[in-house]
Parts: sequence; structure tokens; C-alpha cells
Amino acid sequence: MTTALGEFSPDERAAQEERLRKAWETPKGWRYWTSVNNSQIGLWYGVTAFGFMLFAGVLALLVRLQLAVPNNDLLTADFFNQAFTLHGTVMMFLFAVPIFEAIAIFLLPSMLGARELPFPRLSAFGFWSFLLGGVFVCGSIFFNSAPSTGWFMYPPLATSKEYSGIGADIWLLGLSFIEVASIAAAVEIIVGIMKCRAPGMRINMMPMFAWYLLIVAGMILFAFPPLIAGDILFEMERMFGWPFFDAERGGDPLLWQHLFWIFGHPEVYIIFLPAIALMAMIVPTFSQRPIVGYSWIVLAAVGTGFLSFGLWVHHMFTTGLPQISLAFFSAASEAVVIPTGVQIFVFIATMLAGRVIFSVPMLFGAGGLVVFVIGGLTGVMVALVPFDWQAHDTYFVVAHLHYVLIGGMLFPIIAGIYYYFPFFSGKKLSDAWGKAAFWLMFVGFNIAFFPMHFSGLRGMPRRVFTYPGDVGWDWFNLISTIGAFIFATGVLTVVVDIFRPKTKLNDLNPWRSGTLEWTNNPDESWGMRSVPIISSRYPLWDQPGLQRDIEAGRYYLPDAQSGRRETLVTSVLDAEPIQCLRVGGTSYVTIVAALALGGVFIALTFHWWITTIVCAVITLMAILYWLWTGTAEIPPTPEMDVGLGKSLPIYVSGPASVGWWAMFITMVGDGTAFASLMFGYFFYWTIHDDFTAGLNGPGVFWPSVAIALFIVSWGLMLAARHLNRGDKIAGARLALIFSLAASLGGSVAGLLGPYVYDMQPTTHVYPAIVWIIVIWAVVHAVVGCIMQLYCLARSFAGIMTARYDQDIVNVTLYWHFLTITAVVSFGVVGLFPLVR
Amino acid sequence: MKHLLPPEIESLWTLFTAPVVWAAHFVVCYAAVAIYCEKAAVWDVDFGNVRTALGIFTLLALAMIVLSAYLAWRQWGFGAGDPPHDGATDQDRKRFQGFATLLLSGLSFVAVVYVAIPLIFIAGCQQ
Repeated sequence: MTTALGEFSPDERAAQEERLRKAWETPKGWRYWTSVNNSQIGLWYGVTAFGFMLFAGVLALLVRLQLAVPNNDLLTADFFNQAFTLHGTVMMFLFAVPIFEAIAIFLLPSMLGARELPFPRLSAFGFWSFLLGGVFVCGSIFFNSAPSTGWFMYPPLATSKEYSGIGADIWLLGLSFIEVASIAAAVEIIVGIMKCRAPGMRINMMPMFAWYLLIVAGMILFAFPPLIAGDILFEMERMFGWPFFDAERGGDPLLWQHLFWIFGHPEVYIIFLPAIALMAMIVPTFSQRPIVGYSWIVLAAVGTGFLSFGLWVHHMFTTGLPQISLAFFSAASEAVVIPTGVQIFVFIATMLAGRVIFSVPMLFGAGGLVVFVIGGLTGVMVALVPFDWQAHDTYFVVAHLHYVLIGGMLFPIIAGIYYYFPFFSGKKLSDAWGKAAFWLMFVGFNIAFFPMHFSGLRGMPRRVFTYPGDVGWDWFNLISTIGAFIFATGVLTVVVDIFRPKTKLNDLNPWRSGTLEWTNNPDESWGMRSVPIISSRYPLWDQPGLQRDIEAGRYYLPDAQSGRRETLVTSVLDAEPIQCLRVGGTSYVTIVAALALGGVFIALTFHWWITTIVCAVITLMAILYWLWTGTAEIPPTPEMDVGLGKSLPIYVSGPASVGWWAMFITMVGDGTAFASLMFGYFFYWTIHDDFTAGLNGPGVFWPSVAIALFIVSWGLMLAARHLNRGDKIAGARLALIFSLAASLGGSVAGLLGPYVYDMQPTTHVYPAIVWIIVIWAVVHAVVGCIMQLYCLARSFAGIMTARYDQDIVNVTLYWHFLTITAVVSFGVVGLFPLVR
Repeated sequence: MKHLLPPEIESLWTLFTAPVVWAAHFVVCYAAVAIYCEKAAVWDVDFGNVRTALGIFTLLALAMIVLSAYLAWRQWGFGAGDPPHDGATDQDRKRFQGFATLLLSGLSFVAVVYVAIPLIFIAGCQQ
């Protein structure tokens, strides 16, 4: 790079630092909790997730105590059911996925050379949603009302109010709420990685962690929505008796299994890939060389991401599907071994090519890989249909999944904690404690879980609360319980090490790492002192003087003269600076919005309808206030000097803006949920000879009217955007109003179809699925109308103009998706019964 | 031949071409067989026809992947430079993209073949 760097006198630097410190200041006192800075949110998120993990760990110890000896009566059968269900649920939904969102929010800005991710308030909103939902789900066990039907909630057991009580509702609603938080994090991570990298950090130079997280966030976008769709169907059945999974009225419990595992299997990789990503940061540091096979890692991450969506039926091998279908999934399950193996060989090659320092992070990393490989090998076994028929739902599977998850995820996380502890606290964890913890955990883990392979092969089914003494399972179980406690001692050692008093290091980069995050001073909340120009994958190794120049403010954005929080937006491929983005600062509104939305879900659980409505209105108000005051603000000057002689726009709209991308990504996730509902419709068609069961459909007329009106609405929306752009404001407002009227008309017409033909959703699954698809489309139309009213209000308030048109451009983007949703919905429910 | 090929596209999304083809192939195979096995009695179609159709579709998918691999190979400069392609230049960025896309095409090719193998060995729904 030949750009001349900035030069500032000590006085200028001090003044800059003062202004930066003020702009990025963390609130004091109780207001601390209104912070939205990625360092605080990431830390709270991580600590909360870790806390949930310890809680679920205690539940696991209770489970192991109950199983230690035959015919034990320490726990009742019902409490045992609650304990193992909550253990699985919490570990998966409240620990494994959120901890990576936490790590990503915490680390990504520093790794990418950004001050902040593009939507800090969205991260804060996600965190508060997660905290509230998590406490709600976990707390239920203290009222003896935790979910008790296993973490995958199979109907008909879990749909039966008699057998599953309110626990199933707590599971469905509490977790739906947390899934919202996950999708929010996915949006944040994707836009952050694509658009907020340091200048010069081309895609061939992104840290491996960013590559993995980009793929993982994409996977979240396609994996979580099917579960949300499933949750909606499930809750409609539990709340109102719509028979989606009730075989007597045309439903099918297998649909839930499909939707759950379309989520559930990718989720395993959503958990595993970020852990491997941590390893991809740790291994090069301690091998003291760049990673071998960077492109191969990209192959592995992308390949695993895709293939992981072709595995879901391997959880359903014993459900009686055609064997040819099973064989497809068996084949894909074997294929995913290839990219998984590639990553492990890449690590081994890097270690062989470098000089390895066997530090505590490497110990946990290497130990984790050993455990993971054993789990992978049993995975190859259970991916084979005939073997799986024998091992299905036995302790063999319990052993397999714990080997994969603890080796592939927990050990790398602990490695990451030891590795990144100096990054966020400026202190180092103890080597001696770390080694002790590792050996306790490694040995304890294998003593606990290896015998489960044998108890499983001897036929012990998972989830039994006790067993007779004469079937040859007793010794294995006793050994497992002893191992579990040794393992827990190891985890406890880590916790103690974290809380032990430690001395401050006088070194920002104690491991001599090469990546950008190690330039950050944990005592300052601005992240990067100035945003550097990057020309290497390991800038701290290859760019001499980088640390000094960053700290001297010689790169971009060395100052905060506007008093606002600013970060650079760069282009996707070559990371050329294109915008100076002002991000949201400290705010209460995220907490209010999250608590109110939580109120909606909690009130629904207990069928408190009025509270639900009140909370929903508060949520809407909070979000509107948040958008109105915090987004698409017209800047005082169109451009800003970002340093190094460069001026960049502050306000951009359309695909260049981060908001457009956030809308696009959210709607892709939304589209996936919609596709899952359509999958349900066609699923019922395939399993029945006549899926309408001779009942009335919605007719052709009203759905056709709805389609026509939605297309008109779309055309008017395009016209509104076009007119607004041409500064024909009055015309744009009129087009908006007509578009709104057309979509409301379309919604009414859409509802009239099933209403006029008197379709009763509780009688049979056909009317139920038609109603749910129609309601889905109408709800989206109503949300769209609120957006249009918002645009109108912004236009009248003079804050949406021809030049500053982010709002209407993003709403038009929403309208593309809405139109597809409406045309497909009404087209299918109206026309498909004719052509089937 | 050369003018028949699409021009070089400057985008991140080309990276995902081959895996998307794999996904499409997988979904079509799964859906075709799932629907066939439920509706075989009603429609009176022979499973042989389904196999042939999916076999042809598999060849199409493989051809698409080969095309994607060729374009990637071109983007990689036909192997003119060796990895790691870690330089701060447009050329290295392009070559990295080409090489990674080529690798993914290889994986996708193998994965499509894997998924197609059951069509050779299993001659019915076997429900």
C-alpha cells in the first residue's frame, strides 16, 4: 500500500483519544446495562450462555446419579424426564449456539478491523431476548413444569396435554423467542463479515474464523426457520386443536420429525464449525506459521455447510420411510465425512509444518480433536442404515453424540477461553490449572462416555429412568457416573481458574498471534484506535509497525469529531472503503423491545390473551420508536473525511447499504420458514390419496382476486419508489396509499376464500394447513402495511426524501418477498386442488 | 467454444454454484422418490422410469458441476500460480476464488455421485 499515513502531534492524538473515548464511552452505574457495545454484549452473552451450560451440567449429574445403580429411586420418573429434556434443550439452544453468537459478536469487529458490527442495538436486543427466554425455560424446572418429552419433542407424546403438561408450551414458545435472537445474530454476523472489514482485507485474506462464521450464519438462516414453522404448527395444535400432527384427523407426526431435523442436523454443524473456527485461529499461532491449505478450509466450511442439509433423515431411519430414501441420506451422511476430514488434516499439516508450542489452548484443542474423531467414527457407523436400526435410541447414540459435541465443541470452547482470555481481560489464565483441568476433563469424559457404547450395544435404551440389575448394564453405568463427576471436577477447575485473582499482563499479544484482534487494548472501548489497511492474512506477523501505527491513529477514522460512533463499510470482494457508517449507541429501547416481546411469548404460554396483546403493542411501539430515532438519519453533511485524504458518504441506500442487506437476509430466512409451511402442504398431499378428505377448499375465485390485488400492490410499490426517487413526492405518497389499500384488499380477499367455504381447521388437517398458509401471507401483508405507513410518516416528516430514501427502498425489497409469498400461497391453496 | 461460456463474473456467489447444484440434485432425487413411493399405486408409473429420469438428471447435474469447475479453473488462471494466493492483489483474490471454487466443484461432484449410487443398487421403494 502506498497511501501516505497520517501524522499527528502528541497533543492532537490526546484530543482525538478524548473524543473517541467519549463517543464510545460505556455508561456508568446501573445504566451500564443499557450498553450496546459489542464488547459488553459479547461478554454478557458469553457469560450467560456459560452459566446455562453449568446449570445443564448439574442436571446431567443428577441424571447420572439416578442411573448409577439399578432400581434407583433418587429421582422420580417425571423429574428424571424433566432433567434430561432440559439438559439437552439447554445445552443445544442456550449454550452451544448462543456461545458462538457471543464469541462472534465479541471477536469479529476486532478481527475484521471494524469498530463495531453494523447493528449493535440488534445484538443487544438479541442478548436480552436470549436472557429472558433462557431464564423462562430453565426456571420452569423449579416449578416442576419443565418440558419432559425429550429435547426433540416428538408428537403425539408432546402434543398430548395429558402427558406433557405446560412444559411443552414453555419449550415451544421459550425457544421460538430464542430462535428470533439467533436469526438476529445471523443477520448481524453476515452483514458484518461481508461489509465491515478493514480496507484491503480482501476475501482471500479474511481470518479463518470469519469464513466459518459467514457460513454458519448462512446455515442459521436456512436451518432455524423450518423449526419456527414447525413450532407454529405445533403450538396451533396444542392451543387450538388444529390437527397438524394428529393422525386421526389427517395429520402426521412425521411432519414434525422432518421439520425438527431439517433444523436439527444442520444445527450440529452450526455448533461444530465455529469451534473448528476457533481451532483455525489457535493452531497457526502455536504452530508459529500461517495455516496450511487456507483454500481447503474454505472448501471444508462451505462443503460441510451445504452437505449438512442433506442428512436430516438419518435421525429417522427407523420411521418406515422407503429404503431408497434412507439410502440417499445415508450416502450424504458418508459424503460429509470428506470435508470434515479435510479440516482435521489441515490442522495436522499446519502442526507438522510449523514448530508447535504445546500450550493449554493447544492441549484442549488437540484433546478435543481426538475425542471428536472417535465420535466421527461412530458417526460413520450409525450413518449406515442396518447398523442404525440396531443402535437407534440406545446409549450407543448417546455416546456418539456426546463424543461429537464435547470433542467438537466443548473442548475447543475451553481452548478458546484460555486463548482469548488475555484479549478481553488483559490477564492470562494459569497454565498449571489449565493442564489439571484438561486432564480431569479428558480422562473423566472418556470414563463417562466410552462405556456407554457398550451399555448401548447391550441394548440399554436412552431416556429410561432406571433399569433392572440383572441385564448387564449396571457396571457400565456406575463407571459412567464416576467419570461424569471427574469430568465435572475438570469443568469446575476451569471456572475457579477464571475467577481466581490474576495479575495484569503488560503485553497486548502474549501468544505472538498474527491476527488483527490482538492489536486491541482491552481497557479502551473503541476497539481499533484507527482502522488499518491490511495486506496480509496475518498482519501482525507481516506488516511491521502495524501496532504502533494503529495506536498512533495513523490510519482511517482516527478521530470522532461528530461525537458519534463510526465504523467503515467496505466492498464485499476487495474491501475498498465505500461508506462511513454511524452505528447506534447506548439505548434502553432494545431492552424494552426484548422484554415486551418476551412478554408476548410468556403470556401466550399461559393463554393470557389480553397480556399478549398489550405486550405485542408495546413491542411494536418500541420497535417503531427504535427505527424512527435510530435509523436512516439524514446526516448534516453528505460526506465525511475519514482520514488519509479520503472522504466517504455517510448515508447510502439500496444494495450498497447495510440496512438493505439486513432486510434481504431476514427475508431469506422468512422465505425459508414459508417454504417449510408449503412443504407441509405438499407433505399432506403425498401421504393421502385425497388430501382434502372430500372437504371444501377455498375455491378459485377469492384466491385469484387476492393474487391480482397483491400484484397490483407490488406494481404500485415500485411506482412509489420510482416517483420518490424522481422527487415527485406527492405522487409517491399517493402510490404508497394505493399500494397499501391494494394489499389490505388482497388480504381480505385471501381470508374470504376459506371463510366463505366454511373451512373448519379443527376438523381435519386440510382446512388447517390452508388456513395457516393464508394467515401467514396475511400477517406479512399487515406487517408490510405498517412499513408503508411508516414510510408515509417519514415522508411527511421530511426525513425520507428523493436523496435519502433508504426506508422506501428497503420496504420495496420487502414487497418483492411479500409478493412471492402471496402469489405462491394463494396460487397453491386456490389452484393446486384442481390440478392434483 | 469459448464464446459460448459465460464471461467471468466478479462475485462472491460463484463460489456456491457447485454446492447449489448438489443441493438441487439431492432435493429432486429425494422428492421424486418420496412422491413416487406414496403415489405409485395411483399413478401406475414403473420405478424403472423414475430411475432413468433421475439418472439423466444426475448426468445433467454432473455436467453443470463440470462446467462450474471449468470456469473456476479459468478463474484460477488454469493453474498458472500455486496457492496460497494470499497476496494483496486483485489477481491473488481472483485466483483464490477460482481455486476454492474448483475444490468445491470436486467435492460436489463426488457428493452427487454418492447420492446417485442408491439408484443403481435399489430397484424399488422397499417400504
